[in-house]
Amino acid sequence: MESIKDPILQIKDVSIAYGNNKRAVKNVTADVAKNTITAIMGPSGCGKSTLLRAINRMHELYKAIHVTGEILLNGENVLLMPPTEERRRIGMVFQRPNPFPTMNIYDNVLAGYILNGIKLSRAEKDEIVERNLRNVMLWDEVKDSLTKRGTFLSGGQQQRLCIARSLALQPDILLMDEPTSALDPIATKYIEDLLVQLKNEVTIMIVTHNMSQAKRISDYSMFMYLGELIEYDDSSVMFTNPKDERTRSYLTGKMG
Amino acid sequence: MVRDKNLQIRIFKNRLLYIVVCVFSALTAIPLLAILGEVLVRGWKQLSWTFLTEATPNAFEAMMAMSAGDPMPGGIANGIVGTFVMLLVAAVIAIPVGIFCGICLSEFKGNWFATVVSYITDLLQGTPSIIIGIIVYIWVVVPMKGYSGFAGSVALFIMMLPLIIRSTEETMNILPETLKEAGLALGGSYWRVMLQVMVPSAFGSIFTGILLAISRVIGETAPLMFTALGGAAISWNISRPMSAVPLMIWEFFNDPNLQSLIWGASLFLLTFVLCLNLLAKRIQKKWKV
Repeated sequence: MESIKDPILQIKDVSIAYGNNKRAVKNVTADVAKNTITAIMGPSGCGKSTLLRAINRMHELYKAIHVTGEILLNGENVLLMPPTEERRRIGMVFQRPNPFPTMNIYDNVLAGYILNGIKLSRAEKDEIVERNLRNVMLWDEVKDSLTKRGTFLSGGQQQRLCIARSLALQPDILLMDEPTSALDPIATKYIEDLLVQLKNEVTIMIVTHNMSQAKRISDYSMFMYLGELIEYDDSSVMFTNPKDERTRSYLTGKMG
Repeated sequence: MVRDKNLQIRIFKNRLLYIVVCVFSALTAIPLLAILGEVLVRGWKQLSWTFLTEATPNAFEAMMAMSAGDPMPGGIANGIVGTFVMLLVAAVIAIPVGIFCGICLSEFKGNWFATVVSYITDLLQGTPSIIIGIIVYIWVVVPMKGYSGFAGSVALFIMMLPLIIRSTEETMNILPETLKEAGLALGGSYWRVMLQVMVPSAFGSIFTGILLAISRVIGETAPLMFTALGGAAISWNISRPMSAVPLMIWEFFNDPNLQSLIWGASLFLLTFVLCLNLLAKRIQKKWKV
């Protein structure tokens, strides 16, 4: 693959260990291009979610996990930033939709502001809520029930609400950890279409088990195996002509 | 198809076990229903508006009423007020302390400090209430030079604490981890996520725990004997001795003239506890995480 110019995110020699010497991710180096969708694929246990979660430092919640190496966001090492600031710039959407159960739809979109203690005027709030719900194509469905709880929505709607919640803080990067694996095919299709539209605003990195999904929506693809980054290329190249034998056997269904 | 020769025996065993389970559950219910029935039959005649709004009659009034064959004058209002005030003060101290402690135990599981606190909580829960009463007597009543409702509150606070800690801890443990991660992923600071996302999500169960803690300690008598002492007049002053409904039951028992008031007071207490429990059940259902 030709090298990426002006990468928004640079992963440099990142290793992640659970406990003392169980290395889940081994010396991964990769640049991520701005306003693209990068898919991270690989069989279960290959370290793809672990790598993704290192980028917004979710691992710091768990003492036994150690991250080494550098992760640069626009040239700044995120591992050295205050975590609250860093996470505002790198949003995350999880496998299962997890709107905050005690907040209504309106407050769920604003949750990032609420949790950061940022005061907004009523007009600003209304504007942020409407813009972000329109962004995830949820506005027309929920505009009359903004005061209902987020958990009252369907799974697919909840996941879109969670995406809106992350986008509301206008992050540079949106990390998605198998965001459609708990959803039915129609809701999945909806989210995929949405992601392709959203990449104009935000750089997306998505972990997925679903190869056809990666093929449909991603610009670049990473293939990880046993903690190593085996292959990283243009998705069009990776899916038609993978270089590594392991990538080929994964993509053809012989492995994984 | 595999033929099962023992099919009839298995069906019989199955039925037998079912009957045994039903019989034993019924046996558990019998004592409870018997207690309720006894208290209801003996106590309902006492219940009236004045029973709830007037203080205990003095021995002379009681004796006069008894010899004239009139219904007993006065009521248990002094006990109700005392119970209410002492419980309120105890709950106001115990709720924040218990919730924070419960969060700590669930968040820092495995940490030596949390382990020690967890053991202490268990021990505290198992400590006989009379011992708590004596300790509070030494710690509060002696230095303050007198029995007081406040000392009673302290004793009840100590008894409520482990219950609130445990219910908070257990609720926090069953909340999905991704809820916390989602809050942190939005850049929320740890304590903001705990207080604005996790605790509200757990609120229903924590509140249920609080109600159950109240219903557990509302009938405590022993620790109040050493601390609140009791009093015949309605008093809202927490720095003075105070009465409480269970204390009054004990006093009525010891005074031959007042014995007929025992059952009304018992019925009141029992009804209150039952209501608290039913309320707790409903809230738990409604606020299920």
